[in-house]
Amino acid sequence: MQSRVMPKPGWNLEYLMWIFTRISGLSLILMAALGVSLGLLMGARTQLDLGTLMRWTFFPNANHVLDSEIPDIYLWSNGFWQVMQILVVVFAATHGFNGLRVVLEDYTSPGFWQSALRFFIFLLWIFFGLVGIYVILGS
Amino acid sequence: MALGRKVRLLAGAKYKGGGPMLAWALHRISGLAIVIFVSLHVLASFLTQQLGSDLGISINIIYESIYFQLAIVFCAIFHGVNGFRIILLDIWPRLVRYQKESTWLEWFVVLPLYTLTAFIMIRRFLAG
Repeated sequence: MQSRVMPKPGWNLEYLMWIFTRISGLSLILMAALGVSLGLLMGARTQLDLGTLMRWTFFPNANHVLDSEIPDIYLWSNGFWQVMQILVVVFAATHGFNGLRVVLEDYTSPGFWQSALRFFIFLLWIFFGLVGIYVILGS
Repeated sequence: MALGRKVRLLAGAKYKGGGPMLAWALHRISGLAIVIFVSLHVLASFLTQQLGSDLGISINIIYESIYFQLAIVFCAIFHGVNGFRIILLDIWPRLVRYQKESTWLEWFVVLPLYTLTAFIMIRRFLAG
């Protein structure tokens, strides 16, 4: 039976990601609250149905509200929302793929395959972060 | 980090962790579901937007169906509220003593929020 290898206390990856997970989680909740509030101020109550408003809340992309009765789409697709979307994508991708790493490390033991999985998750993180930003800037 | 102990699934399921264990398990399941959903959705949007591919459109048609949306809304609401509970318990560690009560309080927030959302979405879906 192999005992757990404790990481050294201090500024290591585990500690940084522990803090980051909390900060990014709180930021994502706050950004969702900001998104839904500004959406309602822009007229979502009469122009969007609830499912559409939920999609907008989770991710403020204009494609999510394209099928609604919005008079001016520019209000929903300008640079402010693009910056907001990039923040959401970067925070959510880092939060999510770090969570995936934590879960996988719970069910694997340290060794070659765990390192390989960690590297694979790192590649996925980079890939989906970049593709996400590309889609935002291209939409 | 793996603890190097072998716990079979059945033995794990018999463990009486109660509310906090259910919250822990659902937090992992909903988190993994959101990672898979969002990644595939980003990929599908990329395929549709840049390549005009039918694959992206068919993935997004599944995602826009009411059944999928009801599931993913639950995952997102639960993960968000439970994550907020975890953050509060981490900031004030003395509250960990009331962990069980905190999960009850959490369901008092999650269930009305989700039931109301699901009710409006289903009513709208049935109305066409």
